[in-house]
Amino acid sequence: MTTKLMGSRVQRVEDQRFLRGQGRYVDDVGVGPEGDRGMLHAAVLRSPHAHARILDIDVSGVLDVEGVHAVYTYDDLTGPMAEPLPLLIPHPALTHGRTQHALAKDEVNYAGEAIAFVVAEDRYVAEDAVGRIRVDYEVLPPVVGIDAARSADRLVHEDVPGNVGARLEQHVGDAPAAIARAPHRLELDLTVERSASMPMEGRGTVARWDPDLRRLQVWTSTQSSTGVRAAVAVKMGLDLGQVDVITPDVGGGFGVKINHPWPEELLVPMAARALGRTVKFIEDRREHFVSSAHERGQVHHVEVGFDDDGRLLGLDVEFWHDHGAYTPYGLIVPIITSTQLLGPYKPQHYRVVFESLYTNTVIVTPYRGAGRPQGCYTMERTMDAIATYLGKDRADVRAVNFIQPDEFPFDQGLIFQDGRELEYDSGDYPASLEKIKALIGWDEFPAFRAELAAQGRRVGIGLACYVEGTGVGPYEGAHVHVETSGKVKVATGLTTQGQGHATVFAQLVADELGVRLEDVEVVTGDTRRMPYAVGTFASRAAVMSGSAVHLAARRAKEKALRIAADALEADPADLEIVDGVVSVKGSPGSSIDLGTVSVLSNPLRYAFDEASKAATQFSVGDPGRPPVAEGDEPGLEGKDFYSPERATFASGMHAVIVETDPDTAEITILKYAVVHDCGRLINPMIVEGQIHGGVAQGVGGALYERMAYDESGQLLNASFMDFLMPYVTEIPDGIAIDHLETPSPLNPLGIKGAGEAGVIPSAAVFAAAIEDAERADHPGLVVRAMPISPSELFALRRRAAAAGPVQTQEHLS
Amino acid sequence: MSEQLHDVRLTVNGTTYQVRVPARRLLSDALRHELGLTGTHVGCEHGVCGACTVLVDGAPMRSCLMLAVSATDHEVTTVEGLTRPDGSLGPVQQAFAECHGLQCGFCTPGFLTTITAGIRDNPSPTHEEARDMIAGNLCRCTGYQNIVKAVERAAALASDPAS
Repeated sequence: MTTKLMGSRVQRVEDQRFLRGQGRYVDDVGVGPEGDRGMLHAAVLRSPHAHARILDIDVSGVLDVEGVHAVYTYDDLTGPMAEPLPLLIPHPALTHGRTQHALAKDEVNYAGEAIAFVVAEDRYVAEDAVGRIRVDYEVLPPVVGIDAARSADRLVHEDVPGNVGARLEQHVGDAPAAIARAPHRLELDLTVERSASMPMEGRGTVARWDPDLRRLQVWTSTQSSTGVRAAVAVKMGLDLGQVDVITPDVGGGFGVKINHPWPEELLVPMAARALGRTVKFIEDRREHFVSSAHERGQVHHVEVGFDDDGRLLGLDVEFWHDHGAYTPYGLIVPIITSTQLLGPYKPQHYRVVFESLYTNTVIVTPYRGAGRPQGCYTMERTMDAIATYLGKDRADVRAVNFIQPDEFPFDQGLIFQDGRELEYDSGDYPASLEKIKALIGWDEFPAFRAELAAQGRRVGIGLACYVEGTGVGPYEGAHVHVETSGKVKVATGLTTQGQGHATVFAQLVADELGVRLEDVEVVTGDTRRMPYAVGTFASRAAVMSGSAVHLAARRAKEKALRIAADALEADPADLEIVDGVVSVKGSPGSSIDLGTVSVLSNPLRYAFDEASKAATQFSVGDPGRPPVAEGDEPGLEGKDFYSPERATFASGMHAVIVETDPDTAEITILKYAVVHDCGRLINPMIVEGQIHGGVAQGVGGALYERMAYDESGQLLNASFMDFLMPYVTEIPDGIAIDHLETPSPLNPLGIKGAGEAGVIPSAAVFAAAIEDAERADHPGLVVRAMPISPSELFALRRRAAAAGPVQTQEHLS
Repeated sequence: MSEQLHDVRLTVNGTTYQVRVPARRLLSDALRHELGLTGTHVGCEHGVCGACTVLVDGAPMRSCLMLAVSATDHEVTTVEGLTRPDGSLGPVQQAFAECHGLQCGFCTPGFLTTITAGIRDNPSPTHEEARDMIAGNLCRCTGYQNIVKAVERAAALASDPAS
């Protein structure tokens, strides 16, 4: 009997290509000795101003540049291409949604907005040409930052009063009244700054128009190939069937590549068709900073009422979300903050209201965590403030607020980002708390702190808990095809950007179908192979495509058993498939391999090799029946879709011990621990890798990364020299991980998503630990703005010293 | 005005190529576009991320910070040159596969070349030295945990392939 691969640390099959330098990323398309020698390259003129009217664009100097083939501005766009880009996720509360044009029309609203598109023999020449375009601007005063947006002294869009794109309120019970009745109350103001996904590979698109087939082929570094396909077809006036979108290897996504279509995803196909040549656009790093997307910028105000045990009686949260210049991705990020803020707790009475605000900065779309880090930070800072106020252990205050294991499914009474009820399917938060306390050494920490204090060192500990809605719908599908060679080809439509889908989906197929892992080949993100798909976001790939792959493999297996039963003159129930061979259980002599079953599944007129001879009409079939039975199909294939009623809710807890330098305020991570519950694990090695990466991004977001805009809307740190992404030197040496496996009842494998979890609690857990480390020397110091640098911590110390030993930001009532 | 082209002899992974390129053509672009060696990736084009690292006469070099014309008569090694003569994975590559040292794979070639030079110069790195060895390369996926393990594993494999 073959060992089940589900749950095994299977080495990744895709690594063989990557490690040899044989990955195929979008910039590798058309390159090489057998490449497309006629391929042209595009560059984009981008606005140098955050807010300006375009008075005139002079491209007359451009076509003189040798090697330039075309230059496009807004005036060259026609039909749907001249309309604004799609607003992908409309919402009734988004009353003032605005999207940009593929090339700016009359005005620009952020530094980096695309204005002109040049196509030339190579990228160097295209950039030379961009440098020759002359634009006359009337520079307008910009709106930068949440305070400026709220004050509305200036407007980003003249027709959007108050810079407010949306205002959305949800509530359960009556939070203001419950808080008023509560024996204890606190208020907190909490800020998180902007960061960004920042994958190592930026955006990129290649397109080729085939005039004979009248068909467009697009390669793009996206998280939704079907989404790009639909958008390109609409914008170019093509039938869906004329557009193929292929997602090649993707050098990281982390959310930013879910937004689509980017201007270049439309302009590249447009130019390819117009010029009759393959056209490629590859974003450079500076462009990625100023023309892709950011996230995380929010300001929150919390009012909370609680009892003597720290039990929440009412929670009232108001926050302001900076969505940048346009709203192509709707309200997903602030909706997630407003709902996932609740974490593992049940506040009884909850009200949340947010305003989503325009600023003259780069657009905001989901970045790994997608609003959850801000929500977790808001909730967990509140928990810490309650514990401090009551003089209680921070873990104990959390524990009294947990939803208990016997309360699932637990309906929070809100509407989640997918328009469905926020109903948690399963979890065990008390068990997670016990695990994280053991893993970090929570109960031993006071002794450790005292030991280090004796050496003049300052250490602090932090804890943060989260719940993550993963695997949102609407659906994913999968197709499993057993070839006559016995090899199994699997296709699912969502894309891959490092999660190891070629391995984990192969594990699921190998288990369900009964074949060897090495005989399974998985393709993702290719609309030719699976035209129905949604995309890779919201930690949904394993849940959605994993379930679909499992179901499709089951269908293929059922068919294989049916055909094999005929051939072996046995009952399907008596058959098993092991290592690609179907045999009668307990009678190994009576067997047939899956390749032969595949041959038999497809009655042939023509033989073209030895195997197919066996399936021709004179060899097989019952003359009394049609060769393909009614209701059946030729071929050994299985196809199925998975569409859950609602999301499945993963959860976890992080804890960290930090040391802060009494003199320099430097922050050093001494120990980082993660307890993680994503239901049943398909491949623990890959899940742990996802956690490691999330924690690293969380360290960056908590201690280093921010988008430094000046008052004129210029991004001052738009390079890897100035935007401080962590190297190994900034990341803890070792991350302790413990898993809890609470299966989801919503899908056949009991799995929950894992991709984003590692980054969610970071701001919360570091703020807590740093504050805790400072408490001895600076009793009034509270951390209310993240990220925090040593100089900011130093400033907080001075402020706390000046204010004396009282809470400096909390308003005690 | 057409650009002046220069004849450059590039020796990459033991093979000599003649290319005609403008003086401003980056080595990274020449490797990728002229020679079709797309294993070398470009992550920032300002020498910070290290994804484009190749070995020039054995020393790690950001190929986005070197002009192709400057590489003439030097021996360049890219990720494609790290496999063993029989086509199997070299020790650093093998270590990455065993330790799950990569996710999206984009930064990986720069780590592989850097570590190849690192363990040649220091065949038995301590744990701290293993971390230092990769401290100039950015990875956004892995959190570096498994890359550090891969450095240590690669050193073991390089000194004893049967280890």
